[in-house]
Amino acid sequence: MSGHAHLDNKLPHQPELATLEGRNKVLGFWLFLGGESVLFGTLFATFLALRDQIADGKPGTELFQLSTVALATFLLLTSSLTSVFATQALHRHNVKSMVNWLIVTVVLGLGFLGLEIYEFFEYVHEGHKFSTSAFSSSFYTLVGFHGAHVAFGVVWITILIAQIFKKGLTVVTAPKIYVAGIYWHFIDVVWVFIFTVVYLMGKVG
Amino acid sequence: MAHSVKRYHGLMDWLTTVDHKKIGILYLLAGGLFFLIGGIEAILIRIQLMQPKLDFVSAETFNELITMHGTTMIFLAVMPIIFALMNAIIPLQIGARDVAFPFLNALGFWTFFFGGVLLNLSWVIGGAPDAGWTSYMPLASNTYSNTHGVDFYSIGLQIAGIGTLLGGINFLVTIINMRAPGMSFMRMPMFTWAVFITSALILFAFPAITVGLVLLTFDRLFGANFFEVANGGNAVLWEHIFWIFGHPEVYILIVPAFGIISEVISTFSRKRLFGYSSMVFATILIGFLGFMVWAHHMFTAGLGPVANALFSIATMLIAVPTGIKIFNWLFTLWGGQLTFNTSSLFAIGFIPTFVMGGVTGVMLASAPADFQYHDSYFVVAHFHYVIVGGLVLGLFSGLHYWWPKMFGRLLNETLGRLTFWTFFIGFHLTFFVQHFLGLMGMPRRVFTYLPNQGFDTLNLISSIGAFLMGVGTIIFLLNITITARKPKDAANDPWGDGRTLEWTIPSPAPEHNFTQIPLVRGLDAYWKEKVAGNKEMPASEPIGPIHMPSASIIPFLMSVGLFIAGFGFMFAKDEFASSFVGMLFNNYIVAIIGLLITFGGMFCRSVFDDHGWHIEPEDLEDKGVKA
Amino acid sequence: MMNRWHAVKRLLPILAGLALLLSACGRADLSTLQPQGPIAEKQYDLMKLSIGMMTVVVVIVFVILGYVLVRFRKRPGQTDIPKQVEGSHKLEIIWTVIPIILLVILVIPTVKYVFEFAEDYSKDKNAVQVKVTSHQYWWEFEYPQYGVKTGQELVIPTSKKISLQLNTADVLHSFWVPSLFGKIDTNPEGTTNKAYFEAPKAGVYFGKCAELCGPSHALMDFKVKAVDDAKFDEWVKEMKAPAVLPEDPALAATFEQKCLSCHAVGDKGGTLGPNLTGIGNKQAIASVLLGTDGTVEENLKTWISDPVKVKPGSKMPKVPLTAEELDGISKYLANYKLNYDNSGN
Repeated sequence: MSGHAHLDNKLPHQPELATLEGRNKVLGFWLFLGGESVLFGTLFATFLALRDQIADGKPGTELFQLSTVALATFLLLTSSLTSVFATQALHRHNVKSMVNWLIVTVVLGLGFLGLEIYEFFEYVHEGHKFSTSAFSSSFYTLVGFHGAHVAFGVVWITILIAQIFKKGLTVVTAPKIYVAGIYWHFIDVVWVFIFTVVYLMGKVG
Repeated sequence: MAHSVKRYHGLMDWLTTVDHKKIGILYLLAGGLFFLIGGIEAILIRIQLMQPKLDFVSAETFNELITMHGTTMIFLAVMPIIFALMNAIIPLQIGARDVAFPFLNALGFWTFFFGGVLLNLSWVIGGAPDAGWTSYMPLASNTYSNTHGVDFYSIGLQIAGIGTLLGGINFLVTIINMRAPGMSFMRMPMFTWAVFITSALILFAFPAITVGLVLLTFDRLFGANFFEVANGGNAVLWEHIFWIFGHPEVYILIVPAFGIISEVISTFSRKRLFGYSSMVFATILIGFLGFMVWAHHMFTAGLGPVANALFSIATMLIAVPTGIKIFNWLFTLWGGQLTFNTSSLFAIGFIPTFVMGGVTGVMLASAPADFQYHDSYFVVAHFHYVIVGGLVLGLFSGLHYWWPKMFGRLLNETLGRLTFWTFFIGFHLTFFVQHFLGLMGMPRRVFTYLPNQGFDTLNLISSIGAFLMGVGTIIFLLNITITARKPKDAANDPWGDGRTLEWTIPSPAPEHNFTQIPLVRGLDAYWKEKVAGNKEMPASEPIGPIHMPSASIIPFLMSVGLFIAGFGFMFAKDEFASSFVGMLFNNYIVAIIGLLITFGGMFCRSVFDDHGWHIEPEDLEDKGVKA
Repeated sequence: MMNRWHAVKRLLPILAGLALLLSACGRADLSTLQPQGPIAEKQYDLMKLSIGMMTVVVVIVFVILGYVLVRFRKRPGQTDIPKQVEGSHKLEIIWTVIPIILLVILVIPTVKYVFEFAEDYSKDKNAVQVKVTSHQYWWEFEYPQYGVKTGQELVIPTSKKISLQLNTADVLHSFWVPSLFGKIDTNPEGTTNKAYFEAPKAGVYFGKCAELCGPSHALMDFKVKAVDDAKFDEWVKEMKAPAVLPEDPALAATFEQKCLSCHAVGDKGGTLGPNLTGIGNKQAIASVLLGTDGTVEENLKTWISDPVKVKPGSKMPKVPLTAEELDGISKYLANYKLNYDNSGN
């Protein structure tokens, strides 16, 4: 692969699509997200089927603290915006700006994760454990799957930042950054649904 | 740079290969092995049912046998053999040098393999799963299935399922992005189309079962309540999730067979496929409708009349595109010059057999009548007609057809015909009578039956047929063994009537497939050139260095990691004689080690770039491999 | 046009022969092909219609295929290239439209019967209400209108509709009476299923469990016994009569202590196992030990002395009984008969 020979200023406008490998990666990742949509769709369907089955546990109306969740939502939505800035910087070949925006994205993602972990601890404390009811199991599985995706994304983007420092922006690294960006958006979109279906609808009862 | 390539040899070559042709052979070997295991299970089942009240195996063992037979055959035998043909042929058919993601391709194979090994190890550690391949709750819950059997099922299939999903994405991207210049979508060979649609079905169906299996695992290992009725769970929910995957799965299996049959019939009758565009359209429609009919597996579950009526109608609709395909095949044969050989015999045997499986499908679609057929031997007969009479006959046809392209040797024709006749007759003996057993009141999945119910003779016939199918399979194995000792002397186009790009290159294909990527000038590209009097395909590029991906052991190691993690989770709550082993398992240390290996592999793959290596034009001349 | 009609006429005898062949299959009290009640008859009509239509399709494909294989095989010395036909819109429309027409013909009765079979008689006072509860591996039938609970043998009057409400006590099972009604799953509490059927002809019909439910899934047979109204009323009366315990007081005490903790006779006993009232009349003990295996008394002994040997995975424990107690209880139960079947005419 002659990717390393490219200098930043010789990169094409969309470096992620410059090679066949890059085009394959981007298309493959879009398809992968199609599969992920089915995965979350099934989890949502399961949650919707079981959300009223609270057995001896508390219902969502008593449990959910919308203020924490709203803050988490704010962090994640903002991180989606910053990841757009990173991708735009990628297209401008502005490595420094791209890395900075990626770091902001990771920090916001970490903030979201911290809030989610805090929230889960609170719920468990109130007796809303994983094995309490069908509602609790499906709640933790759906929201937890999303949380795991965020955690994976945070680690992934961190590794990519390190790679950018070492290898620079090339036709090999560009598709990785781009793909991580669409992954991050996807996670965000899923969260919008979680916020609506789990929390808002759950708070209404 | 190009000449300093690290090459592995022997076993290490196979463990590290990312070459789609070698991965295809690996899929064939592993799938074949599991096919034999599943076949032995089938024979044991038929021995037990040969006569009423036999005591050949116990009731518990029988339930393990039926569960493992179904699971093994579907997930570990026929799907991998489909993947074997996909890998071996698709890049050649579209004029590509490899698949889009060679590394993921290897990873997909190894996860499937280790998932399958894990599942089958249940026979020796802790008991095999016994709740049926459908694993309905609550029977599959801890309360009613208290061995580790169902854990082996859920974790083994999750690991194997990752491989399938990766394969699906890989082939979608390969087919979309890597077709040779000139090969538009409507010039793709029918097998490529079929694999394209199957891959799309895999992409949208497998995540559903992954979620289902995760939920099942959570219920069994971590005390979740998805299907635990006492805490608000819902047992019928499992049926929905399972069949939302399960029905598309049936089409994932049969659609590649449609593709194979289309190629074989067209080649051996020396005619282009009749109604190519309506074939494509029909296959897409079948794939699409496949997602809207899952509840026909649940007509008796009590979904209510509106759902039953709608799902009845949706299911019947599938008969229309399927019928289009059947008649298109018949009219491809019409006016042709049909050569009879093993491959075409299997393809011709497929047509009436599959039609019979299809019409019983329409019968089953009628919900009120399904109240009688459901879970009886009628259903057993129906799906074996579709899966064995459809898919397995198709696979045999495809294997005989493409064997020279995979291995450079033609299979023995006499033994091949013997395989066909024993297998074909054995198949119909086994399963035709089962329609009547079901209609006469015999439920499926029974480990025995009482005498005087009118079941005795038909069951005996069915068992004899199963033995005959076993004989057919043994003859096939014999054929492979004998052929393997012959010299590799197959021509580029050993059938003489090849129509597609795979027949333009040597058998077996060289490592880089095409020295020059060909230019495609129509449907049945090679045939078109032959008719125009050209011996070779026109090239779309000058001869130059060919970039190749590097071999890697990481896919193997990542899969081993998942395998270890699977055991770690499964036995985390068990008691062990050795306190050290107990400590390792009970604190999830084994599970964590496994996951670390897998994620470590991912990390290495991401951080250390694979620059690949090049085959230089001089090397191509040296080996004398010219396109 | 005439030619086609002739072809159809030629097919008719094939269809008639097929129907004859089908109806020769299996036992009248077990086979779906010899329906004994209105629901099974309608299902059989639907089966005949679909089998007939599908046979025509299969025959057409076979004929074309046979013709093609004979006519268009490669002959020696043939070197010309066959005409490469792209397709034919006319033909393709034909084999799209004809299947659609066939399907419409099948859809109409399908939808009609789907709704007809789903009618709810659970509030109907004239219907006999039965609550079916499936267990690993036996069936419990409760008649809330009559205050009767029985096991393994669903006794019903021939003149009335039987309205079922089905549930399981453990895993999924499926209630199937092939000659009368088809099947419906028994789901856990909360997803209760409803169904109804009739058995206008007096007789005993086979019932089966059709959903894999554990090792003894194959052995979970039951019977549906249809009797005339007078006998049914008599049966209810006898089921509600006070229990008749063994004459020997010691044996009676053992029986009460060791058997009635789970089982019931008459007005006494528990509900964990099937009701034993009138077990002496039953065709089968534990649903699988038949007259061909031994007398009722012998079968009872075989069963009680080792239930799991007869039904793997059975929940009935091996009750510690002395040989005399086993003999006594088996004999007592074998003689515990009801007389309703001999009453009336």
